[in-house]
Amino acid sequence: MAMQFYASPEQIMRDRSELARKGIARGRSAVVVSYAGGVLFVAENLSSTLHKVSEIYDRIGFAAVGRYNEFENLRRAGVRMADLNGLSYDRRDVTGLALANSYAQILGAIFTEQSKPFEVEICVAEVGATPGEDSLYRCTYDGSVTDEPGRMAMGGQAEAISGVLKSHHRPDMSLGDAVKVAVQALSTVGGEGGAARTIAGHQLEVAILDRNRRGRTFRRITGAALTGLLDGDAAGEAVAEGDRAQTPTTPTEEGHKPTTSAGSADLEDKPGDKSDT
Amino acid sequence: MFTNAGTSSFTAFLSKVAPEMLPGRRALPPGMAADLAPHATTIVAIAAAGGVVMAGDRRATMGNLIAQRDIEKVHPADAYSLVGIAGTAGIGIELMRLFQVELEHYEKIEGAMLSLDGKANRLASMIRGNLGAAMQGLAVIPLFAGIDLAASDPARAGRIFSFDVTGGPYEETGYDAIGSGSLFAKSALKKRFRTGLSVDNAVRLAVEALYDAADDDTATGGPDLTRRIYPVVMTATAEGTHRLTDAETSAIAESVVAGRMENPGG
Repeated sequence: MAMQFYASPEQIMRDRSELARKGIARGRSAVVVSYAGGVLFVAENLSSTLHKVSEIYDRIGFAAVGRYNEFENLRRAGVRMADLNGLSYDRRDVTGLALANSYAQILGAIFTEQSKPFEVEICVAEVGATPGEDSLYRCTYDGSVTDEPGRMAMGGQAEAISGVLKSHHRPDMSLGDAVKVAVQALSTVGGEGGAARTIAGHQLEVAILDRNRRGRTFRRITGAALTGLLDGDAAGEAVAEGDRAQTPTTPTEEGHKPTTSAGSADLEDKPGDKSDT
Repeated sequence: MFTNAGTSSFTAFLSKVAPEMLPGRRALPPGMAADLAPHATTIVAIAAAGGVVMAGDRRATMGNLIAQRDIEKVHPADAYSLVGIAGTAGIGIELMRLFQVELEHYEKIEGAMLSLDGKANRLASMIRGNLGAAMQGLAVIPLFAGIDLAASDPARAGRIFSFDVTGGPYEETGYDAIGSGSLFAKSALKKRFRTGLSVDNAVRLAVEALYDAADDDTATGGPDLTRRIYPVVMTATAEGTHRLTDAETSAIAESVVAGRMENPGG
């Protein structure tokens, strides 16, 4: 007669946690930090099309490490939840906290109910009016959520990276300085014999939530703008700033009010405009 | 329900999880409902060199009454396209918001924007979904115009699509108008439109056409100089969509009105 082996719930949870932790630690890392002009995402990513960092909503971004198929599924879910809430209520009613709570529910349910947990770690970042009002939420494989103080590292040797971030990052940094600190933190680990290494620009995925923009604030920094930022010259920052002018979603003059709908600054409320619903 | 592999279309997602949020999915009692709700009136669109211009008057009517003097019927659909609505105002605004989310949603999920034809086809299927209500008098007809970023000739990148209650879309050449005053606006545009107009000239022409529509159609509002309510004028070019400021539209509208003081026929 076949014997059913008994495993205690503690043992099952420990095994699942170990599986998830190992999976997450195998991957490459990502860093999210607040800076003066917004929230910066820097992820080590060899692909230029399979993104680890993405836009969720006007002022909310998403970064993840771990298994691509699993966090991509969560990213799509996040976009759906945000768009559904934004349409049902108003665009300014979509918050990072609500999204982080939903992710916690989804991840927690998968961790306890499925035979294999998701091997992912997620950051939901919402850009505020000042660096102090930015919120970064870390959602882990077991459904726990933590509110991070303006900086966080996930994946790979996250502890070591966090240490570097903690000693070098300040929330009032410029974009150029923030990118340098993030890349420095990412490159402290993974070299020969635990030494630092150099990460080339094409191995990095960089994006920001631009604090000063209205409407959709998410923007990727690629190509010449990224090279300029990494080289640390003032021109690089200028290119990154100039990029803002070329993109169609430019801010309009009267500020500090979220948009009413998609795509463009022209959707924003004008004085005397009553028909936007 | 949010984590299903599913679709990149927001309306297809809604039809699974919240079908009551789609205007076409509501059961309507039998009978005509045409006089229930305000109607939005005239919209014109003109293809210019390197862009499109869309303008709408500000009036909504209910039967013989003016329901609203400052309704806005022209909106950006996304960063490179514009949508204007005529017909039942409430359903039109709902469809327009849904269409904006649809385009943004696809862009976020797929990481790439839909083609201009893809956007027009999505709008057509959303209008088709409202056919039942349209047959009971709650029709919504949009006008869609935008920049085709994949166009081989940048001068002809601005394209206009019209629709009927059963969907469409029909691509228009040069210019088009919808709504109760469209007959008069189109007649005006027919005489004045030239291929390769500059965007600035097309803006002026659009405001002139709306003046002609208001001249002959009671449901279309002309420039309201006493209340300082002027048409909404938007452009879409390779730089994105842009709404002319109140100061700009008031200057154009006042100059159009001044011209008509000399010659009422334009």
